[in-house]
Amino acid sequence: MAAGGKRMNSVELSRRVRVECLHLCNRYKASHIGGAYSVTDILAVLYGTPILRFRSNEPTWSGRDRLFYSKGHACTSLYATLEAVGFSKGLFGTFTQDGSFWTSHVNHLVPGVEISTGSLGHALPVAAGTALAGKRLNKNWKVYCIVSDGELDEGSNWEAILFSPHHQLGNLCVIVDSNQIQSFGRVEDVMGLDSLEAKFLAFRWNVFRVDGHNHGKLADVLSMFRNSLLLAPTVIIADTVKGKGVSFMENNLAWHYKSPNDQELIAALAELERE
Amino acid sequence: MRNAFINTLTDIAKTDEKIFLICGDLGYSVLEPFRDSFPDRFLNAGIAEQNMLGVATGLSREGYNVFVYSIGNFPTLRAMEQIRYDVCYHQASVKIVAVGAGYAYGPLGTSHHTTEDLAMMRVLPNMTVIAPGDPWEAAAAAKWLAGNRGPGYVRLNKTGEANVHESAVSFDDQKAIKIRPGRLGALLCTGAILDSATRHEMIANGKYELYSFPFVKPLDTVLLREVAEKYEHLVTIEEHQLAGGFGSAIVEALSDMYSVGKLSRMPRVTRHGIHDSFFCFAGSQEYIRRLAVKPIPPEGIKSAT
Repeated sequence: MAAGGKRMNSVELSRRVRVECLHLCNRYKASHIGGAYSVTDILAVLYGTPILRFRSNEPTWSGRDRLFYSKGHACTSLYATLEAVGFSKGLFGTFTQDGSFWTSHVNHLVPGVEISTGSLGHALPVAAGTALAGKRLNKNWKVYCIVSDGELDEGSNWEAILFSPHHQLGNLCVIVDSNQIQSFGRVEDVMGLDSLEAKFLAFRWNVFRVDGHNHGKLADVLSMFRNSLLLAPTVIIADTVKGKGVSFMENNLAWHYKSPNDQELIAALAELERE
Repeated sequence: MRNAFINTLTDIAKTDEKIFLICGDLGYSVLEPFRDSFPDRFLNAGIAEQNMLGVATGLSREGYNVFVYSIGNFPTLRAMEQIRYDVCYHQASVKIVAVGAGYAYGPLGTSHHTTEDLAMMRVLPNMTVIAPGDPWEAAAAAKWLAGNRGPGYVRLNKTGEANVHESAVSFDDQKAIKIRPGRLGALLCTGAILDSATRHEMIANGKYELYSFPFVKPLDTVLLREVAEKYEHLVTIEEHQLAGGFGSAIVEALSDMYSVGKLSRMPRVTRHGIHDSFFCFAGSQEYIRRLAVKPIPPEGIKSAT
């Protein structure tokens, strides 16, 4: 549980994070709001329910669950989530500014961030090594790793996907933010992943597929992982929508890059507040 | 050298429970004693070097001092970005142990010639780069790496190297080590080519001093400054490309010291190394060294391009 009080309800947390991301991308002309919105609900369920064990006033608490965030470009939603649950203060004032540790790819200098990412395909092998350490040292914390679907192009991920079941890393849970759009096209057009479930099953993972925006269903499957002692690693393929929550951003490659101007900010805010 | 290194590491692991050894599916007839003594701190990561370096980073974050053992280019160049970003940026305690330095695997072909690794590793912030000159230095490298946190790289030759030192050496102060006295100049050497350097004509009859520089990074600039003030001529020897390697590090350090007035004059430096080329034929290490590790000729280096 978060130290110092009860957790924010996950729905409220996701709403707040989406609004914060919008302001950050508007004010600092930042990119990647589409990928930030597809993963927002996943983060909200992890941090806004008792699933993830953490202490926001003690970020490196040894008993914490380790969450690795591989899609480092979608930094705003992680930063905003960590700030909302009490890890940090000052994000909105200094994001990406001279001397700030809030870089626009995830930086481990930010309290609550395990490792810096931004180059894709890096976090999952580190998560696997951490899970192996947890196993060898008989720790009961869990390891989570959030990856994007596009970055599953990277061979390093498949090395780790082969490695993890072989070493029975049942304490590892990978969540694929499957928003179907990568940097320069749709996943199916750039390098198709179908069937991702079949691929992971063939690699001997426990495979779940859920609506990545349905908090109840996300919480159910994550709780099942959290409360079980498993032999095989678990993957949750979360079907998501890039830009989720703002109609004109949804399923639109442009919002991998664009930052909302003031008009778009107002329009988006209206939609987010109506929800 | 690899046996001296691994045996020393295995000894240390008896009392230091933080030592963890990963191999990239290599180490037959070398790693078995460690594997059998410490199965909980051993891992064969398979033939998957990018994942191996990520896994090593993960293990190190939970307190282990992780040694990653493989051949030459595989745990280095193949996983270069993992080393840069996962290991070095996070100052992870991951020690890369590459066997087959230079042309140690001469007959195996260019894939196994490890001739760019010093340049690649020494350019990385937070990385310590060690190229031991003989089995005693390899053992000292194992001790130093086991006793220090943070990223490290060590390039080992292979097996059967002669001892240059008569007894154990210490790396505690990360200094260059004097091998032979001399009076006309200094020959500065890194790595297992040290044994060949002891037979160099310049060393005969006490002409040039000979130093082993096991630490390519950090470089012993105190000793370097001493010999640069003392002699007009310095020679560097390395089994590595001339670009970016040990000789480059020496010349950079001299230039930096001279530019800020810490050196009264620049000595003449003759660099021995590989001339911007691959060696495409089979051959023993000695054979290829004779053909490929040379000083810069008067007309300069002609690049293959």
